[in-house]
Amino acid sequence: MIGNIIKKEFKELFILSTILPIVVIAIVFGSVGQMIGGVEESLEEKPVIGIVDIDDGDFSDIAMSVLTERAEVIYDGSDAEEGLKEVREENGVALLVIPENFSQNIYANHPGEIEIHWIMKGAGMMDSISSSVVEGLIQSVNQEISRKLIQQDSSSDPALVLNPTTRIDTTSFKGKEIEGLSPSQLGNMLNSQSIVIPIVVMMLIIMAGASVISSMGLEKENKTLETLLTLPVRRSHIVIGKIVGSALIGMIMAAIYMIGFSRYMSSFQISDINLADFGLALGMQDYLLVGISLFVALLAGLSLCIVLGTFAKNYRSAQTLVFPITALAMISMFATMFKDFDTIPVVLRILVFAIPFSHPMMAMRALMLDNYSLVIGGIAYTAVFTAIMIAVAVRIFNSDRLLTGSVQRRIPPRRLLWALRR
Amino acid sequence: MKAVEVRELVKDYGNFRAIKGISFAVNEGEIFGLIGPNGAGKTTALRVIATLLQITSGSVTVFGYELPKEAGEVRKIISYLPEEAGAYKNLTGKEYLNFIAKFFGEGEKFQNMVQRGLEIANLGERINDKVDTYSKGMTRLLLVGRALMVNPRLAILDEPTSGLDVVNAQEVRRIINSSVEAGVAVLLSSHNMLEVELLCHRIALINDGRIIASGTAAELKKEYDARNIEEAFVKAIK
Repeated sequence: MIGNIIKKEFKELFILSTILPIVVIAIVFGSVGQMIGGVEESLEEKPVIGIVDIDDGDFSDIAMSVLTERAEVIYDGSDAEEGLKEVREENGVALLVIPENFSQNIYANHPGEIEIHWIMKGAGMMDSISSSVVEGLIQSVNQEISRKLIQQDSSSDPALVLNPTTRIDTTSFKGKEIEGLSPSQLGNMLNSQSIVIPIVVMMLIIMAGASVISSMGLEKENKTLETLLTLPVRRSHIVIGKIVGSALIGMIMAAIYMIGFSRYMSSFQISDINLADFGLALGMQDYLLVGISLFVALLAGLSLCIVLGTFAKNYRSAQTLVFPITALAMISMFATMFKDFDTIPVVLRILVFAIPFSHPMMAMRALMLDNYSLVIGGIAYTAVFTAIMIAVAVRIFNSDRLLTGSVQRRIPPRRLLWALRR
Repeated sequence: MKAVEVRELVKDYGNFRAIKGISFAVNEGEIFGLIGPNGAGKTTALRVIATLLQITSGSVTVFGYELPKEAGEVRKIISYLPEEAGAYKNLTGKEYLNFIAKFFGEGEKFQNMVQRGLEIANLGERINDKVDTYSKGMTRLLLVGRALMVNPRLAILDEPTSGLDVVNAQEVRRIINSSVEAGVAVLLSSHNMLEVELLCHRIALINDGRIIASGTAAELKKEYDARNIEEAFVKAIK
């Protein structure tokens, strides 16, 4: 008897519409993971660097020996400009300059300075892995110099023995020269400022999207849709009304969520770096662009949801249809969080750009680096995407699909405008 | 002017032909009944006229407005009551009537519509309760009130007394009759043939997507030598 009930439950729940979204999510996440690449591989890879050793003393020799052994040195000369050019061309991580008097300073109980000219490619969490490896190499250089100091002279200053070198960081990132920050520091700072937006967008899209899809499912389940469609109101107004109503609900829900989340995040804020000191602060115009980007992305997400909602047969099937939206929002969030738009593989870059939710997620970081073309281009693309989705939704609302599950007759494109006016 | 004029209407669902070229007309101030068994094509025909479904071929006009070209104009003068309609469960009955009336008028016109809806639904104090708490019969009365309060020129009623007990069904029939006296044309469908005989001025018998006979109840009974419409229908499909 119980077997009979289990069989019935299984048959009722194990349907294509339940399984397909999960399969798609699994495939998409698997592909995204492969495209982003493994952290372990990045850590094991030798970083590509250039070295300019002007000192040519005992300690710079130690440094050279450690660096050449553990890194792929593509430039070993005396011209910093030429070295930097080569590192850039070879897609390297940094040029390390060991200045004159490096060894002499250490012998004189002063830390030796190492100038590091970083070439930063992206501000995502995974983009700073290779620079972290170089930072690890500097630590190794320090250890070897400390060992030498201890072996040579027991009267050295203990503070110097522990930290025989200091770094002078200059990071070159998307046309900006930022002095005093390494890529990992800069990446952490940019992420701490911009990480909230992707999470807000993801929550907003998922919550508002679930509202609009559920609304369509409920209209069908409660048998109110037929009445609604015979009322003297344009189908485009029904579509827009549903989108705006759900957007308001989604924004309220996301706001409630974010109050808790921002309190949670504030407990981790330890950075006291002032962005304005590095020319990375946002102005009113930038915040306005972030707001516009967020608004159009929300409209795009909801217009996509309403198209998906037309497939909902009832409230239960509507819940299943939220999965594709969740997957897209999560792909955008993780892709933009872990990698910079410019450093992800081309296929994934196209995917990320095509997902409208990605644009507000990337906007803040892009604006900090004055990348207006990405933000404005994203807004324009998202607006076009929204218009197309609304037109598709209105077209579906004007067809038989909502009531019969299939489109009875194709509306020729020339009649689309007329259909929108209905 | 004819309230509804249907000519050689064909409606396909994919490869399935639900309506196979039907023609009929509904006059102003008339109750016209489409009767037939389940799956005969009654609801499909009503949905086409109510602007919900596209026409595969043929033509439909409502008070001179052609479908689907003038669907927007048609929606201003019709009111459609689907067979299995529901109302928004989180609204009260009165809020639901307000919601619908706002599409048809403002100010005094709006107030009068809602008042008429309240009178037709006749749910007393329960009109202020959420629809979620209503019985099937109460919901149906609310929906009949909704459909007729807007003073449509054409009311399209699919099984208007579906789910109602005898007393409420009689009340709904009385409301429909009084609406017609006020000038409303009514196109209704039912598989309750005795009800149709009581209510309709003219009837079309529909079976397997085709109209097999039409006329007044008396004409149909005479034509098929039957005691009632049910008997006439059975003889007609043989």
